[in-house]
Amino acid sequence: MATSAVPDLNAAGLKRDASLEQFRLFGLSFPALALVVVVLVIPVAWLFVLSFVGADGAFSLENYTRMVELKSYRRIFLITFQVSFITTALAILAGYPFAYFLAQMPPRIANLFMIAVLLPFWTSVLVRTYAWLVLLQKQGLINQWAISLGIWDEPVAMVNNMSGTLIGMLHIMLPFLILPVYGTMKAVDQDMVKAASSLGASPTRAFWSVYFPLTLPGLFAGALMVFILCLGFYITPAVLGGGKIIMVSMKIVSNIELFVNWGAASALGVVLLVIAGIILWAAARFVRLDQLAGGGH
Amino acid sequence: MTSQSPEALPISVRHITKTYGRVHALDDVSLEVKSGEFLTLLGPSGSGKTTLLMVLAGFTRPDRGSLMFGDREVIRLAPHLRNVGMTFQNYALFPHMTVAGNVAYPLKLRGVPRAEIGARVEKALETVRLGGYGNRRIDQLSGGQKQRVALARSIVFEPRILLMDEPLSALDKKLRDHMQIELRHLHEQLGMTTVYVTHDQREALTMSDRIAVVNHGRIMQLATPRELYERPANRFVADFIGDSTFLAVTRTATGVSFAGAPLSISNPIPDAADLLLMVRPERITLARDDNSDGGNRLPAVVREMVYQGDSYLLQSELTDGTLLTMRGAVRGANLSAMPAVGDKVTLNLAPEDAVVIDGRAD
Repeated sequence: MATSAVPDLNAAGLKRDASLEQFRLFGLSFPALALVVVVLVIPVAWLFVLSFVGADGAFSLENYTRMVELKSYRRIFLITFQVSFITTALAILAGYPFAYFLAQMPPRIANLFMIAVLLPFWTSVLVRTYAWLVLLQKQGLINQWAISLGIWDEPVAMVNNMSGTLIGMLHIMLPFLILPVYGTMKAVDQDMVKAASSLGASPTRAFWSVYFPLTLPGLFAGALMVFILCLGFYITPAVLGGGKIIMVSMKIVSNIELFVNWGAASALGVVLLVIAGIILWAAARFVRLDQLAGGGH
Repeated sequence: MTSQSPEALPISVRHITKTYGRVHALDDVSLEVKSGEFLTLLGPSGSGKTTLLMVLAGFTRPDRGSLMFGDREVIRLAPHLRNVGMTFQNYALFPHMTVAGNVAYPLKLRGVPRAEIGARVEKALETVRLGGYGNRRIDQLSGGQKQRVALARSIVFEPRILLMDEPLSALDKKLRDHMQIELRHLHEQLGMTTVYVTHDQREALTMSDRIAVVNHGRIMQLATPRELYERPANRFVADFIGDSTFLAVTRTATGVSFAGAPLSISNPIPDAADLLLMVRPERITLARDDNSDGGNRLPAVVREMVYQGDSYLLQSELTDGTLLTMRGAVRGANLSAMPAVGDKVTLNLAPEDAVVIDGRAD
């Protein structure tokens, strides 16, 4: 063969080029990788270790057994899941129709509404939460207007309770649901619905049998995102819950600020992280996780 | 399938107009599709052919006009009540259902008993030669197979009208040629009135009983493929279907003349202000020296000569400066004696092949 006359034929040089290219790629991503290790992996690992340290400074499982034994802890987890679940459900009920409306609009109008979705998204959560407090409290705008318009007579307690927490959380979580749902809706081929309708499906039937199933991955991704974000949410329930709605994140804060018990706080953090991890792992079987970042197409 | 397929329905389109702003997508279109006919809407993109199909399906609401399926007015009927089969350019198969699920969909909507659905789905799949593919997922199919599933889905409920929107445009050429013949056979077998949209003139010529050439939202000509090719109504149709060279001719007392010389033409000459002689490249030949081919003689100088294997393309300049394209057969006998660039040649156009058309462009 001719190759025997030129045995090398640039093979060594090409191989060197390939490894050089790989090295450069690694070099470019190194700062980001280093940052992730420093600000994410190390602190989480440290918290993990701390959670197994008891009050006496020795290895102990007391931070975990406490969660199982104390009724107050069980209650906190229950409320956390309750708030997360209801917020997710409300976000689906409010967000899906809104995303559908956006997807049906001509691009110019859809963009306008999209700004309305994103604008609060870009505003501080703290500011928005206090704005809700102003609106919802007993002497707040909503109560004043409703009473002067005769819709109800007595001020309604809309804040410092569960409903206040849910209203605030829903408002903050909606964009996380709307964005991925809108993304999948825009990716649904409009001919699909036309095809269903030419085959004899009424608009309602075409929606439920074709359009809705095709947008489910986006809805699932959005709902998952909202649920996981809710699990660790702090500011809104703390401000709008009026101390009656204690979620895990608030217990973490009080463990540190009030009791200076890093072990107990760490253990709660670890449990939340594990729960979120399990949910994501289970979800990954149904949906591509990159859709969580919006669209993912 | 033929035995149980119901009567096909004629379609009658009358004065349908659709405007988008100031653009006439459809400009007072009237058209009769005969029962069981394979009619193709042929035109360039933006001509209005797809808009017309969408009006037939009910997805586009025209400004005015009437649409009859048989003796029933359907112009205001919702798409899902029209009972027409339709295939889409990108197939529009439901990815969350299997092949069988897709084909069963229209039957389920019609409340067909479960036991019957299975048999009818399998039969429809067999009709498109996909028997046994029922359990496949849509993303496991090739383009041609998707096309067949889409077809099976649109015929399984035995609609009396079938609409097809560029169904073969996404397939490669070889598969497209094959599917053209297969669709033709399927149409003969099922006998439903079919309206087919394409921008591919060869596809239209191959498949259709009649072709409606559409441009600027109007029907330029509605005729059989042969009539359309042999006797185009105007320059647009002649230009769109096949390649041709157009020579400006003038009317004389006895007929027409080109560059001062009278032409002998055995086809009728249209009653129009501007007249053009349409010369198809394959209908003109190099004149024989002994004059035994006795047609119209056109002296020319060869400007370009391209050998293409099965034939050769000769571009030559006529006395008035027009470049005329001729396609000649390549045979062993003339291989060595082919004309070369710069040669003076005489072209021969038989009176039967000399077609004078209306010179309007649209």
